Amino acid sequence: MPTAPSIHGDELLLASRALGEGVRQTELAVPTIHCGGCVVRVERVLGGLHGVERARVNLSTKRVTVAWRGEIPPPLIETLEGAGFAAHLGDATADDKDPVVRELVQALAVAGFASGNIMMLSVGVWSGADPATRDLFHWLSALIALPALAYSGRVFFRSAWQALRRGQTNMDVPISVGVLLAFAMSLYETLTHGPHAYFDAATSLLFFLLVGRTLDHVMRERARTAVKGLARLAARGATVVHEGGAQRYLPVGDLRPGMTILLAVGDRVPVDGVVVEGRSELDVALVTGESLPVSVGIGDAVQAGTLNLGGPLTLRARAAAKDSFLAEMTRMMEAAEAGRTRYRRIADRAARLYAPVVHLTALSTGVGWIVATGDLHRAVTVAVAVLIITCPCALGLAVPMVQVMAARRLFDRGIMVRDGGALERLVEVDRVVFDKTGTLTNGAPRLVEGGRIDDGALAIAAALASRSRHPYSQAIVAAARTRGVQPALVADIGERAGAGLEGSAEGRRYRLGRPDWAVDGGAGSGVVLSEDGRPLADFHFDDELRADAREAIASLRADGIDAELLSGDRQEQVERVASCLQLPALAATSPAGKVAHLASLAAAGRKVMMVGDGLNDAPALAAAHVSMAPASAVDVGRNAADLVFLRGNLTAVPEAIDVARRASLLVRQNLALAIGYNALAVPIAMLGYVTPLVAAIAMSLSSIVVVGNALRLGRGAGGARQRPHGGDRPVSPKAAGATA
Amino acid sequence: MTDFLYLIPIALVLGGAGLAAFLWCLRSGQYDDLDGAAERILFEDDSPAPRERRP
Repeated sequence: MPTAPSIHGDELLLASRALGEGVRQTELAVPTIHCGGCVVRVERVLGGLHGVERARVNLSTKRVTVAWRGEIPPPLIETLEGAGFAAHLGDATADDKDPVVRELVQALAVAGFASGNIMMLSVGVWSGADPATRDLFHWLSALIALPALAYSGRVFFRSAWQALRRGQTNMDVPISVGVLLAFAMSLYETLTHGPHAYFDAATSLLFFLLVGRTLDHVMRERARTAVKGLARLAARGATVVHEGGAQRYLPVGDLRPGMTILLAVGDRVPVDGVVVEGRSELDVALVTGESLPVSVGIGDAVQAGTLNLGGPLTLRARAAAKDSFLAEMTRMMEAAEAGRTRYRRIADRAARLYAPVVHLTALSTGVGWIVATGDLHRAVTVAVAVLIITCPCALGLAVPMVQVMAARRLFDRGIMVRDGGALERLVEVDRVVFDKTGTLTNGAPRLVEGGRIDDGALAIAAALASRSRHPYSQAIVAAARTRGVQPALVADIGERAGAGLEGSAEGRRYRLGRPDWAVDGGAGSGVVLSEDGRPLADFHFDDELRADAREAIASLRADGIDAELLSGDRQEQVERVASCLQLPALAATSPAGKVAHLASLAAAGRKVMMVGDGLNDAPALAAAHVSMAPASAVDVGRNAADLVFLRGNLTAVPEAIDVARRASLLVRQNLALAIGYNALAVPIAMLGYVTPLVAAIAMSLSSIVVVGNALRLGRGAGGARQRPHGGDRPVSPKAAGATA
Repeated sequence: MTDFLYLIPIALVLGGAGLAAFLWCLRSGQYDDLDGAAERILFEDDSPAPRERRP
């Protein structure tokens, strides 16, 4: 798991937003808040800090908004960590509310009010009001319906107009036409004291459709905020040394080539540059996919996005942020996205067939009635009734309701779906391409062949390593702990940047680190433990497979999907993982190579899903038919991916495909139901037997059937087919009893 | 029937008041944190919660 960069006060200042009168506001993401007690504790510790005006927790989004006063930000993150809450900076610059959701909820409220009240008046008309009362009720209905349609209908009219202007049609076109015509005809009927007005149909249609649309947006918004709450892995800024020695913290965008940058341990390199002072090791896993740290010294080039592990470095910037590796990846991503054929959502495809059929039916009905009876008014009334009864209310709910249910199921299992289209594309997947480092593997090294190292050496190594945050050191400490070896007593432990650790015990000098430093006359790479310059033991590390990688791939195969490995890492590392999982593999692939590989698969007609986490995977994620990234992925990767899985289990991949397939089945059933309803209702409407009462009943019934069918995904079906490897499900009582 | 016509404006006004109240709640951010609101009702601290304002 890559470590998040440490956070400077300067960075906090940079990420805050001025509220005026000297008050600044900072947004922190605190993923571990989960109950009311946490809310109180967090608000209390932050509120007690000097300079903090107020702190307010949002439990739903697991974020804290802190308003503070002064030049230097209070130690917010340190305080939270002291209270046991890991926190990281959220983006205060981006407004965190989606205006679309608010607009939809307001439109929904207005439509609900209007349809309810018009329905109340309509019931009076249906139960036989005398003509004068009926006219009064129709006028009242028109008075309520006009502003409601103008306000709530905008959502559909706007989208329909945009589609028509491009010469296309979508689901909103027949909806808009139906609603507007129903209103116009009802108004005419009201003016001419006619018996039938469809104001109730027009408004309740909008209400039902807005319910579906609002749920759809709320689901996407929830996934978006959850993904946004993840730690940012790119540097926000860097400490720059000016001539004369003055240091300043500058945002990444202000860094220029030639500037001298100080990089502390645990920081990410902000822009491409060259090392001018210091030695260290860099974790490049997220940038190139290489799992082993790379050592750098004076004169070596470093890439933006790599993480400094060893010692402090001084860099000379070689490129501005917009010319750095990260920016290049972003450009490749955009190119890949533009090259991807635009996927047409199933609802839009249905609408493309549906709209012309409906409009032609209405037109031919009108013409038929004129020819048959010569009564123009009667002909128009019947034609409009056909349009109202076929208005795709059920069709408009059929797809979003299922997708909302599917997204909720996945959300509960820690998988975020960015939009409904991703679920539809997921169904077609017949090949999954995995990245290696950080995706199939944990992205953290593990000691291998530890059995060769005797306990005494391991105890000394663990004692030295416990003082360092280097991933290799942590792997050694973890290995000692799992073997039950107590760290030895070692004194005077110190860390030599870029070389290793040393300490002394019982008059002997121990060193743990690079062979050329630890051992007299030593050479090569790797990690060695030495005693007074003589080697005691050498340590090898490997990136560990995720616990359920094998299981995930087996269940993909069971579903008839092939998997393959596409990595930027070296051949030998890739082969080890590939043979372990029996996957075909390509190693040492450049980002462009990954995109090219996906393009060749797509050209061969394969629907490819890309699963990756690194910066080097981002263009491939954008190019794939559908893509998925773990929560530990780089920011651009997470934003490029259609799905993000938050818990570290790879079984998320087959699970997502499974839910998507079941959702697709329900969508098809729903479409069939909606079409079946039309097949029944249209002849009745064409014969002129439809009254507003019949229309209201038919429309409500079909909507309820479709929604009820979608709800089946939420329960029942899932329980019966739940996979045995539920990852994070509680242990069953039986299993718990067996271990007790 | 016509004796009860006065009920109609009453129904409409009441409904409209409900709608206005809902829109006001929505705009003043009372639906921003539904989980939090469910927990906050249990807090013993009676001091008024700091209002969060978005500029």
